[in-house]
Amino acid sequence: MKSVSSILARFLHSDAQADRVVPPSGFTAQLTLFAAGAMAFLAVFALALSLAAGRLAEQWGNELARSATIRIAAPAEQQQAQTDAALHILETTRGVAQARALTNEEQAALLAPWFGAELELDTLPVPRLIEVIETSEGMDAAGLRLRLSAEVPGAVLDDHSRWRAPLVKAASRLRLLGWASIILIAAITAAMVTLAANAALAANAQVIAVLRLVGATDNYIAQAFIRRFTLRALIGAAAGMVLGMIAVLFLPRGGDETASFLTGLGFQGVHWLLPLLIPPLAAGVAFVATRMAARRTLEGLS
Amino acid sequence: MIELENVAYSYGGGELLSDISLKLAPGSFHFLTGPSGSGKTTLMKLCYGALLPTAGHVKFFNTDVRALTRDDVAMLRRRVGVVHQDCQFLDHLPVSENIALPLHVSGRSAEAQGEDLGDLLNWVGLTERAGALPAELSGGERQRAALARAVIMSPDVVLADEPTGKVDWEMSQRLLRLLIELNRMGKTVLVATHDLSLIRATKAHVQARVLRIASRRIQLAGADL
Repeated sequence: MKSVSSILARFLHSDAQADRVVPPSGFTAQLTLFAAGAMAFLAVFALALSLAAGRLAEQWGNELARSATIRIAAPAEQQQAQTDAALHILETTRGVAQARALTNEEQAALLAPWFGAELELDTLPVPRLIEVIETSEGMDAAGLRLRLSAEVPGAVLDDHSRWRAPLVKAASRLRLLGWASIILIAAITAAMVTLAANAALAANAQVIAVLRLVGATDNYIAQAFIRRFTLRALIGAAAGMVLGMIAVLFLPRGGDETASFLTGLGFQGVHWLLPLLIPPLAAGVAFVATRMAARRTLEGLS
Repeated sequence: MIELENVAYSYGGGELLSDISLKLAPGSFHFLTGPSGSGKTTLMKLCYGALLPTAGHVKFFNTDVRALTRDDVAMLRRRVGVVHQDCQFLDHLPVSENIALPLHVSGRSAEAQGEDLGDLLNWVGLTERAGALPAELSGGERQRAALARAVIMSPDVVLADEPTGKVDWEMSQRLLRLLIELNRMGKTVLVATHDLSLIRATKAHVQARVLRIASRRIQLAGADL
């Protein structure tokens, strides 16, 4: 840790003269800036994707797991009796926090999108729905199903797990892919900086030879290159990050928070601060990559 | 200062130099001569740590070159000034900054040495050319700039490899006079040259020993010069 801070201190204090000993390189410098910016831009999106997928997995995992539905399809004259029987069973079932039959008006509201608001519910054999909210430890769905089939023949328990599980799995996988993309982006940045640094070191072979001849240490020579590439990566990544965040900010959104994955893509709350880590990380990657490239090259020289 | 003991060097094929023993004492002035391709430059490189001997020992200030780290070699170069036949500079920086480069790379502030730099430029006659880029200099000016760069750290030893190879007779004389002055100031000087008339002209002014490389070995040349 101490060596890292001393390296950083030396790095920040290395004077402008050390920077001047390596001739400026216009075009390749801009390429490094551009590549760092593009990588940061992509990293912002990968980050947004990971965070949104994470949120979604959590929501689906938590909220839906806590609720279940019982549908009672019975002849009209038995419906009320079976509903009461089911509610009675639920009252004595462990893990059920709350159970309540939906009213006619609520069921009509649920059906309105399909049948229109003018529907007379009484004229149709609509099953009754019971909304079950589980406690945090959850209930034994299989056991409840058995009791219901014995006492309430018309009841069907739907605990949502059948369609929920693959969604949660998909969201988790998506989050994993997002993080993998971020790691790949960092690796590409390192590879790109290494290539650029190697090119710069090769192009400046004469400068390095002169510096060695007049007594420059490897550290001094490496510093001039490291400083340059680190600053380029930092500036490029900062620009890319700002553009990426603006793009995320202007993504269309709408619906309620569970409505859609697409409209939920983006950052929430303190997560807006996470992309700010991208430029320093890019600079760190460039620092290490250039340092290793410079070491390797210099050690091969006399 | 610099000591070679039974040193041999080969570039893969046969040996270019073998069984070379040489001692550069403080304040001495040596010429190194021999036909082209006889190994003068190789011997010079061995003398500033650019090459490692394939056999034998090279000692700098009583330390074997093989025991030196890369940073030690860098420190050594600050005590040994080197002038090449093809002296190379940082082409994007003006002459004055190139001459002051050893100060910068060793972390000494250029401002403190400003007056010394002025004196040095005056000594090699480049005051007028201080702001020029290396590419704009003539051959003689480049050699003098390289000499100024080699001595700005006030090294103990100055090694010059064919410093007069690309300049005319008058300029050669002038460069040699500068090297003689350095020697009078107490620096150890080793000059490699194939130009015997230059050696003869110089011997009148300084107590110089002449080493000749012949058939891979080094000999002290006698009065035949």
